[in-house]
Amino acid sequence: MIRTDVATEADAKRTTKEPSFIGKRVPKLDAPDKATGLARYLDDIKLPRMLYGKILFSGRPHARIVNIDTAAAKALNGVRAVITADDIELVPFGFGSDNTALKKGTVTCVRDEVAAVAADTPQIAAEAIKLIRVTYEDLPVVASVAEALADGAPVIHEKAPNNIPFNFDYLHGDIEQGIAESDVIVEDTFNLQRVTHCCLGTSGIIAEFDATGKLTLHSLSQVPFLYTHDLSRIIGIPPQRIRVIQPPIGGGFGSKLDVHPFEPICVFLAKATQRPVRMHFTREEEFFATPTRQPMIIRLRSGAKKDGTFTFRDVKMTLDNGGRTSWGATTPWISMRTFSSLYRVPHVRQDVDVVYTNNIYACAFRGYGNPQATFTIEAQIDSLAEKIGMDPLDIRLKNAQEPGETTGQGMVLRTCGLAECLDTAARNAGWEVKHSGAQKPTHGIARGMGMASLFHVGGGAKIYRSDGCGTMLKVDDFGGVTVQTGSSEIGQGSETVIAQIVAEELGLPIANIRIINNDTALTPWDVGVHASRTTFIAGNSALRAAREARGKLLDAAAAMLKRDADEIDLADGKVVDGDTGEPLESIGKVIRGMHFGGKHELVMTTDFYEPPSKAPDKEQKGDISACYAFGTHVAEVEVDLDTGVVKVLGFSAAHDVGRVINQLGIEGQVEGGIAQGIGYALSEELKVEGGYVLNPTFTDYKLMTTQELPEIKTAFIETQDPAGPYGAKGIAEAPLVPVAAAIANAVYNATGVRITELPLTPERVLAKLQEARGDKSGETYGETCGQPHG
Amino acid sequence: MPQVLDTLDLAFEVNGDAVSVKVPPGATLLDALRDALELTGTKLGCGEGECGACSVLLDGRVVNSCLVLAAECAGAKIVTIEGLAANGKLHAIQQAFVDQGAIQCGFCTPGMIMATHALLADNPTPSEADAKRALEGNLCRCTGYRKILDAVLSLANGGVAHD
Repeated sequence: MIRTDVATEADAKRTTKEPSFIGKRVPKLDAPDKATGLARYLDDIKLPRMLYGKILFSGRPHARIVNIDTAAAKALNGVRAVITADDIELVPFGFGSDNTALKKGTVTCVRDEVAAVAADTPQIAAEAIKLIRVTYEDLPVVASVAEALADGAPVIHEKAPNNIPFNFDYLHGDIEQGIAESDVIVEDTFNLQRVTHCCLGTSGIIAEFDATGKLTLHSLSQVPFLYTHDLSRIIGIPPQRIRVIQPPIGGGFGSKLDVHPFEPICVFLAKATQRPVRMHFTREEEFFATPTRQPMIIRLRSGAKKDGTFTFRDVKMTLDNGGRTSWGATTPWISMRTFSSLYRVPHVRQDVDVVYTNNIYACAFRGYGNPQATFTIEAQIDSLAEKIGMDPLDIRLKNAQEPGETTGQGMVLRTCGLAECLDTAARNAGWEVKHSGAQKPTHGIARGMGMASLFHVGGGAKIYRSDGCGTMLKVDDFGGVTVQTGSSEIGQGSETVIAQIVAEELGLPIANIRIINNDTALTPWDVGVHASRTTFIAGNSALRAAREARGKLLDAAAAMLKRDADEIDLADGKVVDGDTGEPLESIGKVIRGMHFGGKHELVMTTDFYEPPSKAPDKEQKGDISACYAFGTHVAEVEVDLDTGVVKVLGFSAAHDVGRVINQLGIEGQVEGGIAQGIGYALSEELKVEGGYVLNPTFTDYKLMTTQELPEIKTAFIETQDPAGPYGAKGIAEAPLVPVAAAIANAVYNATGVRITELPLTPERVLAKLQEARGDKSGETYGETCGQPHG
Repeated sequence: MPQVLDTLDLAFEVNGDAVSVKVPPGATLLDALRDALELTGTKLGCGEGECGACSVLLDGRVVNSCLVLAAECAGAKIVTIEGLAANGKLHAIQQAFVDQGAIQCGFCTPGMIMATHALLADNPTPSEADAKRALEGNLCRCTGYRKILDAVLSLANGGVAHD
C-alpha cells in the first residue's frame, strides 16, 4: 500500500523526474469558454418566469426614516413585490452585528438599503423604485474620522457611544526600550485613500425556491460555505436547505467575502413572489453601494541604530469604518502582522481605532490592510536609511529575516526568500546604476527608483476554527477524473492549478481532469477564497486525494502485472515501468479491472486538509499560517517636475512563491497585482464628501489602462516550502501589496520630496513639489511655457 | 399628435446571419444583442462607454454597443464574440488569448478580443504602442494587460514573431 502522508522511495524517485505539468505554462481550463462568449455569467442567466429585483438606497448619509409610502410602486403594472424592513424579520449581521438587510429607524450611510422591488422587467423595477416615497428627518452627518472623534460628535450606533466599535491593539517587545536603543527615529502621518474593487462584472444574485421551500442561489460569493452559514441566520432558512451555485465570477479581489444586504433582500423578494428573482447592480450602484478598501490614517514612528539595525515601530491607526461593519473592519489583524514582521523588528506596537462615520463602509480588498501598512513602513525605511547614510537596499538586506526565524509575533519562517527577493528585484531593475543619490533637479523631468518588500500569509490563515479544504476525487472507467473541490474559481486560476496537480499525480492528460468547484450541493467544505490560500490549502487537499487514488491504482496495477508497486509509475495515461518508462498497461484497463474484476472496487478518494497552522492567542501571537510569502518590488519612475505627472517606466518584481505551479498563471497574478497597485498609487480614489460618493464612474475613477502599463520583469524565488503542494506557497494578494510603496519611494528618489498621501495625482505631486521649492502657484507654468509671469 | 412607437422592428446582419428583432425605441445595440438575440457573450460592464466590455464590430468598426442605439443599426453588419469561432475551432485571436494567459475572470475578454480584431484588420503588424492605443478603451482589472498585449503581438504578422 502506498502511504499518502510520507514520501515513499517511489515518490522520491519521481521527484527527481522532470514534472509533466507542475511549473509549466498551462492555459486556464475555463479560458476557451470565456474567449468565445460561452461562459455564462450571472447576468447572462435567465430563468423561466424570472423577475428583476432592484433596491432603493437611502441616498442620505444620516437620517431617521419617518415614513415609507410604497402604494404607488405597488400599483405600477408589472410590479410583483415591494418590501421594506416592516415586511421581513430583521436579523442583525456583519462583523459588528450592526447591519440588517433592509433598514428600520435610522440610515447611517447613502448606500443603506431602504426598500426593494421585484418586477417583470428591469425597467419596471427601476420605475417602481422611483415611485417609493420615503420621508426622512435628516440627522447631523459625521463625514470624517476627525468629526467622529470630536467632542460631542453625533453617535452613529448606540452601542459605540464614542463612535469606536473596535480596537485592534498589539505589542511585542518594549517600545520605550526600542526608542532608547535608536540612533535615528522618524515619524510621519500617512493618509491612505478609499479605493474600490472595480470588478468588471458587477454584483448580483439570483434566488429561487423549489416547491418544498429549498433555496438555490446563483451567487458570486467567494466564500460559499461561510456565506451559507451566515445567510441562513439572516433569512431564517436552515443552511442544509440552501444550495449555492457560483456562475463564472467577473472579478472578486475580496469584494465577495461578506454577505451583502442585497443578497438576503433578493431572497426575501423571491420568497414574497414565489418566483426566481435576479438582482444585478449598475456600475453606479457598484461604485456607491458596494464596500471599499479602508481609508486609514496611520501615524508611524520607527527607529534604527547607526548600523541600520531596526529598533522599533510604534503605530497609531484610525480606520474610517463607515456607517456599518463588514469583515473588513478586521484588516488591522493583517496590518499588525506586517508591522510586526516585515523585516526583523524587536519592538512593535500597534494601536488601532476603528471609527464609525456616515461614509459608505469598507470590506476586504486584496491585501487586507497590508498595502496600507507596507506603504508606511517602506517609506520610513528609506527615511531611516537616508539619515544614517545607507543604501535603501543595504538597510533592507541587513534586517531581512532568514529561514528558521520566528518573528516577534510568533510566526515561524520555515522558508524565507526575502534576502534573495531583495537582491533579485534590485539586480533585474539595475538598482546600482539607476538608484540615484544625486542632486535633485527642480524643473523638467526627474527619474528615480524605489523599492519595497512585502510579508503576507502564504499557507492560509487560521482565522476561523478550521482553515481546511475538502476534496472528493473519482477516477472513472475511462481514465477521466472528476475532482470536487471546496475551493472557488474567481478568475485567479485555482481550478487549473488543481487540475495540474491531479494530472501530475495520476499521469493523465489535463484534458482528462474535470473540476467541479461551484456548487455547495456537490463540493466539500472550504473556508473560501481569501488569505491567498487556495493553491496552498486546496492544492494540498487535491494532492493528497490524488496520491491516495494513485496508490490504489498502483496497487491494483502491481497485482495485475505481478510487479511490485514501487517499481511502476503512472505516466501519459499508462502504467509504466518506474525506471525505464516503458508502457505496461493503460490506466483505463487497470481501473476497469478493479471495477468489474473480483474486487468490485471504484477509485474514489476523499481528503480534508487542515494546515498545521495555529489560531493566534489573545495577544494575536502565534503561527497563524503554514508558511509565509515574501517579495520585493522595484519601481522606476519619471516625474514631470513642472506638471506633477508621475509615470511608471519599469517594474521589477521578485516573489518567494515556494514553487511555481503554473508559470502562466502566476505571472498573470503578479502583473495584475502590479496594475492594481499602480492604480492605487497614482490615480484611484473613490471620493466621498459629506457622506456622498462624488465619482461613481470609470471616467472619474481612474483605473490603470494599457497606456500606463510599464515594462515588468518578474522573478520567482523557489524556496520549496516543505508544507506546500510540491513546495508552493500562495501568491494572490501579495503582488499588490508593495506597489504603491515602491512607487512613492521612487518618486522620493526622483524629487527629494516625500509624499505621505495617496494617490500621487499630478495635482498632489505638483503642490508638494511647489511647497518644497517655495514656489507660488502658477509660477512654474509661466516659466516652462516661456511666458512672462502674470 | 405624432405616433408613439412601442417597439421598433429592425433588420440587420449579425455574425453573417440576417436577423430581425423587435426592441423598445430606446434600446441600445447591446440590449438588442443580449436581450432580443440572446447573444450574451457581449458584456455590460458600465453602460456608459467607459469600460469597453461591450465592444462589437459595427460595419467593421469597433464600437461600444452600449452607446449605439439599436435603431441606428438597421441594415448594418455586426460581428460579436460569438461570430469568431468557426467549425468548432477557436479564432486565432481567441486561441492566442487562451494560450498567452490573457484571460482571468474573463469579463473583459469578449470586448478585448473584438477590439483586437478591429486592430488587426486595420493594421496586421501592430507595434506594442499600436496595441496599447487600440486597447486603451478596454478596462481589465485582473491581468494588468501584459498578457493581453502579448496575445495581440503574438498575432502580429499573422503570428510570425515580431518585435
